[in-house]
Amino acid sequence: MTEPRELVVISGKGGTGKTSVVAAFAALAGGAVLADCDVDAADLYLVLDPDVGPPHDFSGRQQAIIDPAACTACGRCAEVCRFAAVLGGGADGYTVDPIACEGCGLCLRVCPRDAVGMGPVINGAWMLSETRFGPLVHARLGVAEDNSGKLVTLVRKEARETALRRGLPLVIVDGSPGIGCPVIASLAGADLVLAVTEPTVSGRHDLERVLQVVRQFRLPFAVIVNKADLNAPLAATIAAETTAQGALFVTTIDYDPSVTRAQVEGVDVITYGGRAAAATTEAWEAVREAFGRELVSVPATEERVES
Amino acid sequence: MRIAIASGKGGTGKTTLAVNLATLLADEGVKVRLLDADVEEPDCHLFLHPSAVTSTPVSVPLPVVDEARCTACRVCAEACAFKAITLVGSTVLVFPELCHSCGACSLLCPESAIREEGRDTGSVETGTVSTPSGHFTLVTGLLNVGEAKAVPVTKATLATAGGADVVLIDAPPGTSCPVIESVRGSDLVVLVTEPTPFGLNDLRLAVEMVRALGLPAVVAVNRMGIGDDRVQRYCAEESLDVVLELPNDRRIAEAYARGELLVDALPDLRAELRAAWKRIAVAAESAEVTA
Repeated sequence: MTEPRELVVISGKGGTGKTSVVAAFAALAGGAVLADCDVDAADLYLVLDPDVGPPHDFSGRQQAIIDPAACTACGRCAEVCRFAAVLGGGADGYTVDPIACEGCGLCLRVCPRDAVGMGPVINGAWMLSETRFGPLVHARLGVAEDNSGKLVTLVRKEARETALRRGLPLVIVDGSPGIGCPVIASLAGADLVLAVTEPTVSGRHDLERVLQVVRQFRLPFAVIVNKADLNAPLAATIAAETTAQGALFVTTIDYDPSVTRAQVEGVDVITYGGRAAAATTEAWEAVREAFGRELVSVPATEERVES
Repeated sequence: MRIAIASGKGGTGKTTLAVNLATLLADEGVKVRLLDADVEEPDCHLFLHPSAVTSTPVSVPLPVVDEARCTACRVCAEACAFKAITLVGSTVLVFPELCHSCGACSLLCPESAIREEGRDTGSVETGTVSTPSGHFTLVTGLLNVGEAKAVPVTKATLATAGGADVVLIDAPPGTSCPVIESVRGSDLVVLVTEPTPFGLNDLRLAVEMVRALGLPAVVAVNRMGIGDDRVQRYCAEESLDVVLELPNDRRIAEAYARGELLVDALPDLRAELRAAWKRIAVAAESAEVTA
């Protein structure tokens, strides 16, 4: 079995159309494993109507728990905690704020009465579901939870193992907006990073920042400008800048209300049809061709980030 | 009064609302401070062009080991919950990207061989924005590219909240740690969404988040008419006040694309934004009274 290849779709700015593009690619690929790594706002399942698999608990960290019977309220734990996670004091003793606690365990180590223990926090769940286009690994992060990066890593690993098990050649990852931990966790080891942007001043600015991260990882990347007719001159500028950086400029997709209508109907744009379907099909052909040939690695500007 | 503007889904119009409200209020003589807390991708400055910008670095403590004192006892490596400090043979290695700056290693080292030094992971940029008949302060949190942890920069940005009558916070999208840091301590959270299935799904998550934090919230719906009415029905069921409905108007999208403020490009919208602000202020005040 050959190693499955992995296409990671990101954007920098949110709301540019990543998920709609990924759902369309799923329809066109015919047999890819899908991984929804936007664990804060996992929307891919809404247009793929999956048969949802059983949830598996995800525990990304430990959390301190203070035993009120053993606590003498000496306050040493609160003194050393850098996350302001130890609350209370006085007669009521101390408790741990589960949202603020990062699980470092320093309170446990300094407590003179061994009144602090650590316990795993269940901060999410992941599922392996079946869609009409192939398996979907998706997750939900508990609200107000940390560790989205670890959950992203887990979703990618499960997607890859599913591809190996079923002999499927491709994993398509729907990534998060931004440049922080969930994005970094979705990038390492990707075969191709596809950024979906829009021709707005913020779309361009955010793309530039996220592509710097991609370059630090020395990963090949490609760019789609979605809703291109909102500002055609800026779309052309972004296309030129992409090419100047040695990346693949895939195509532009014009704004098309059928993208939202498809979403309202709970289907992907290919199944729904419309102008965007044709443009997205063209984009998919270009991305598939890029996978087929030897991709030129992008020169890195700085040292690779380990994370 | 401190108002956070947040959303589950990205690209719904948080920044649009934040920059236009700040401009409108400053123009009417209100002492406003806008904090761009979307430190991964801060965009307010693209619409506001602040001047006289000063930059303050944000640094986090990172352990530095004095090899002369280290006896390779492994206490630090065993204490680190994040595997950010480890021993290879008798040499201690520190992985900055994994470190949470909890201070366990330096505090617990029996030889006092570990001290901490600041490592820059971002900056806070403060500048002045001029409006036709006023001005206000824009504070931008900026995470360095390649850094995974946004929260220290978010915290440093939020720490500048004082000294204004109205503090507006442009939060990042989502519901996880950087968002929580941005909205905590606000009098009210304005959740911006769009009337689509993705918008509704992510609004539900955002509402769960603000409720978990015990914060009052209202909703602003952008691109009215683009999808269906399920967001409105949900807001009615959940007794969430809808303080603003912006139409799905191509002129709005095009003005945004060019980096223009709606209050300049489409002055007709001023009245609607002013009315929305009144509803936001009333909701924030009544929340304060209840609390």
